[in-house]
Amino acid sequence: MTGTPIHELTEAYRRSESTPTAATEAFLARIARLDGELGAYLTVTREQALRAAADADARYRAGKPLGPLDGAPLVYKDVLCTRGVTTTCGSRMLEGFVPPYDATVIARLTAAGAVMLGKGNMDEFAMGSSTEHSAFKPTRNPWDLTRVPGGSSGGPAAAVAAGLAAGGLGTDTGGSIRQPAAFCGVVGLKPTYGRVSRYGLVAFGSSLDHIGPFARDVTDAALLLRAIAGADPRDATCLTAPVPDYAAALAPGVQGLRLGLPDEYFIEGMDAEVERTVRTAVDVLRGLGATVERISLPATPHALATYYVIAPAEASSNLARYDGVKYGLRVAGAKDLVEMSSRTRAVGFGAEVKRRIMLGTYVLSSGYYEAYYGRAQKVRTLVRRDFDAAFGRVDLIVAPMTPNVAFKHGEKEDPLSMYLNDVFAVPADMTGLPAISVPCGFSAEGLPIGLQFIGKALDEASVLRAAYAYEQATPWRARRPSPA
Amino acid sequence: MITREEVLHIARLARLELSDTELERMREQLNSILTYIDRLRALDVTGVEPTSHAVPLVNVMRDDEVVPPFPQDEMLRNAPDRVGEFFRVPRIIEG
Repeated sequence: MTGTPIHELTEAYRRSESTPTAATEAFLARIARLDGELGAYLTVTREQALRAAADADARYRAGKPLGPLDGAPLVYKDVLCTRGVTTTCGSRMLEGFVPPYDATVIARLTAAGAVMLGKGNMDEFAMGSSTEHSAFKPTRNPWDLTRVPGGSSGGPAAAVAAGLAAGGLGTDTGGSIRQPAAFCGVVGLKPTYGRVSRYGLVAFGSSLDHIGPFARDVTDAALLLRAIAGADPRDATCLTAPVPDYAAALAPGVQGLRLGLPDEYFIEGMDAEVERTVRTAVDVLRGLGATVERISLPATPHALATYYVIAPAEASSNLARYDGVKYGLRVAGAKDLVEMSSRTRAVGFGAEVKRRIMLGTYVLSSGYYEAYYGRAQKVRTLVRRDFDAAFGRVDLIVAPMTPNVAFKHGEKEDPLSMYLNDVFAVPADMTGLPAISVPCGFSAEGLPIGLQFIGKALDEASVLRAAYAYEQATPWRARRPSPA
Repeated sequence: MITREEVLHIARLARLELSDTELERMREQLNSILTYIDRLRALDVTGVEPTSHAVPLVNVMRDDEVVPPFPQDEMLRNAPDRVGEFFRVPRIIEG
């Protein structure tokens, strides 16, 4: 039961072959047995989950389930505010912080009948690519416990991969949904910027932050997206475009679809196994009737450097709110306000968060603003223009998700080498374009590899359709890890 | 190259107290990251308009309606130190 996708689980509820309570109990038992080693959860909301499951049971008994997610046991990244449930962002700064409200995405999933199993581990304030920067504990990759699950949403990704949740939500500012999805062998979808409300998401880079689903398969990702997407008066950047029934539109396949394969996504130094696997996946798509043409996105080599100006700049501004006054940590004994904030921030933030705050403050500071931040915003335009031009010729872009498979814990001590891991992920964040990672095979060592599709703004339907066609034509989703 | 004095200045702006060890490490790491970022200088961006947001939205308006606010006590519950309905902080005015 803990290995099936949500749509099969809720189908079993409808046929009275199982119940939300039975499923929730099975997931909770698996969490109790395995999560000590995996470290995917920061908080397990056992009592709340069982209550929500019992309510769902009653709805199924009455023959009136709320929809395709009623009774689905889910994990939410700990950067999403949950009313009455600790939300830490993986930081000492917010240890014990209990939000007085639910994020819009949480409220919508709760209204759809979803059962929250708990809050997923993450790199502190979503800054990192390995979930080693959580202030509380690292998360391990269920395929190989000596390796990282990716990050920053490593907790939810590992939980879904290991059968510790049926699905979940993460956030993606520079690849933080799609990269861990690739490393853990699950589906991870970053919708168009503004497609999903950010209300109640603790801000990192406001022009780059996206919320999206983790799922066992593409159908579940489509169902989860539909539930969380759409206008929200509480987020002025949230788009009002109607939300289609993504799951109903998966079937048509890729026949006649024009796919672009960007030269710049096959770089020197990338893992040969990853490149080979991705090229084989592209052949599969060709076999399914898609046309594939080489394209060029020439600004790609500059996208990562641009990201590491813009994201830290926005972060340094957003994280200024942690001053020890209104909520979160406060270090005692300071003689004035500035000392209180400075010492609180010294203790409350970890090394990676401090580094990004410093970098962001520097690129925004007097004398450097134009040279760094101003220039980066212009290069962001160049990155966007590349995609605009490409989408004049193709319907979708297909590319590798990461240059390598999951690396070992402690392998990337140097911050820059960690950042380079997100080189294929950040362009979709900077342009706000919808993108998905879907499993496309395994390395010789048995580690998952991700295939990425990037679509036009608000065209999640095509992204999901292509990923679904690929998924249905290949056997990868049947293979599951077996953590001890 | 960013100097130790600059790192100190930035840390003060960012309200971050850094130990001597942290300061030196931060200087090295910022220099390494900034060297990577400096590749952007080679690009010609003359006449390119900046992008501040992925989706161009201008002046999203809504009706100015009074809605019930969050209960004050609930919002103050996470405060590290409070007196009644106020946040308490160290004295900032002499006297």
